[in-house]
Amino acid sequence: MENTITQIVYLISAVLFVSGIKKLSSPATARSGNARASLAMLLAIVVTLLDNRILDWTTVLAAVVAGAVIGGLLARYIQMTAMPQLVAIFNGFGGGASAAVAAAEFVRAGAGGQSLGVDAGVTIVLSTLIGAVTFSGSLIAFGKLQGIVTGKPVTFPLQKSFNALLFLLTLVVGASLAHAGVADAVAPLAGMSGPEIGGPFFLALVVAALILGVLLVIPIGGADMPVVVSLLNSYSGIAAATTGFVLNNYILIIAGSLVGAAGLILTQLMCKAMNRSLGNVAFGAFGTEGPTAKATTGQRPVRDVDAEQAAMVLAYAGSVAVVPGYGLAVAQAQHELKKVCDLLEDRGVTVRFGVHPVAGRMPGHMNVLLAEADVSYDKLLDLDDINAEFDTTDVVLIVGANDVVNPAARDPDSVIAGMPILDVDKARTVIVMKRSLSPGFAGIDNDLFYMDNTLMFFGDAKDQMSELVKEVREA
Amino acid sequence: MGELLILLYIFVLATLAGREVISKVPPTLHTPLMSGANAISGIAIIGALVVTGSADELWVKVLGTAGIVMATINVVGGFMVTDRMLQMFRKR
Repeated sequence: MENTITQIVYLISAVLFVSGIKKLSSPATARSGNARASLAMLLAIVVTLLDNRILDWTTVLAAVVAGAVIGGLLARYIQMTAMPQLVAIFNGFGGGASAAVAAAEFVRAGAGGQSLGVDAGVTIVLSTLIGAVTFSGSLIAFGKLQGIVTGKPVTFPLQKSFNALLFLLTLVVGASLAHAGVADAVAPLAGMSGPEIGGPFFLALVVAALILGVLLVIPIGGADMPVVVSLLNSYSGIAAATTGFVLNNYILIIAGSLVGAAGLILTQLMCKAMNRSLGNVAFGAFGTEGPTAKATTGQRPVRDVDAEQAAMVLAYAGSVAVVPGYGLAVAQAQHELKKVCDLLEDRGVTVRFGVHPVAGRMPGHMNVLLAEADVSYDKLLDLDDINAEFDTTDVVLIVGANDVVNPAARDPDSVIAGMPILDVDKARTVIVMKRSLSPGFAGIDNDLFYMDNTLMFFGDAKDQMSELVKEVREA
Repeated sequence: MGELLILLYIFVLATLAGREVISKVPPTLHTPLMSGANAISGIAIIGALVVTGSADELWVKVLGTAGIVMATINVVGGFMVTDRMLQMFRKR
């Protein structure tokens, strides 16, 4: 941290990061905010390269070009619908980079035989730990979102105890790396003497942290993904910040903690939208808590309609509210949905969208999906705004959403009790487009389906939506 | 301990600044904010550049280079995809 010019440019870059991220939180300025943050990054990178510490230009430039090409191609050509998994994997790379830097510092500190000393030891251990957890956790999240790893919660007996034990192990290993006294006490247990533990223990730390990351994400089910994705986002920031502690680098700490704060705010928003605590999401393994009201599924009468009938109801309504859910994303029916909405608007029907904060698999998933289909964002109302309007809405069209419209949330005995929901049952008519009557992620039956003013429109969202386009056109 | 304390001050204050600056995010921007922030977490590239550029040991260079590649993917991909997304968010 000697070069004054470098430091001053880092300071400018820090200011640009803060103002850029501020602009990112308002729709009108978001794009320039993102541009400003990328300028901040470019400044920091260029000044670091020009700082006389770079000796091996070939390796550095080759690595930068390789990363830029891979990242650029992914960003340019990925399907917009693959956004959740893309965010997850980028996030993993951020965490992985932090861990790699910390590991390189560990090797450089020549810790093969010596304890690192408390300052360097603690920061290197923390940075490695958080970075590696972020890396493997994000890869599992990526796998779940991509469908490579099952989206259902994966649990095994004594899972919590095992996780706790593993975490304790990483702490002991970490403490031994950071403090010679601890190292001398612990080393004999591994059949070594204190000064010998450096390499093997560091490797053990990395492996344990990677396993920990996997175990933290694997028990989390699909509908809880928005929480996990934003939490991992926060971790990647904290990992970068701890790397800043290792290298005594202010810009790493500032940028990293900004990301940490942003991720934490999103995580809190997501938890609030499900009325659950972070601990409950992380350890709850929702939907596996034994038999609920499943037995009644399919035994009560429902009113089902075909595309023609549904089109009639929609076409002759004065106002329609569309409630999209994960099913819309799975079926990729957003473009057909947009066509239906356009046709309805041409007929003079008022169409709006009610978006629940945790609908989909990442924060804001539905907004991205609908933006891709060219839906104007001012037609997307959030929970409070749309709930104030259901009373005066003629028809609600639910596409692939379930738990977020389940009136059971108002029942204090339900597993989803207290979760803020969209009060669709207040509308005059509700059309539910869904594959079957099967329960949603929470594993409970939805009374909405059996109400007198509810019409069930069964089938694949995309096929049925195409039918609906035809029928509305003819109505 | 002096230096570490200064770093701690910076960390805590920057976290608070982040909280204040982003406290109200409309749901429309949840994903772009997350993916933009995600790109910023690629700031680890600075660390990777410093470590790799001055590396004299093989393993330092290997780890550092891996760090550069991963961080650059994160930075370039993150900012570009956020921009692509924000382009779609329009009022009509």
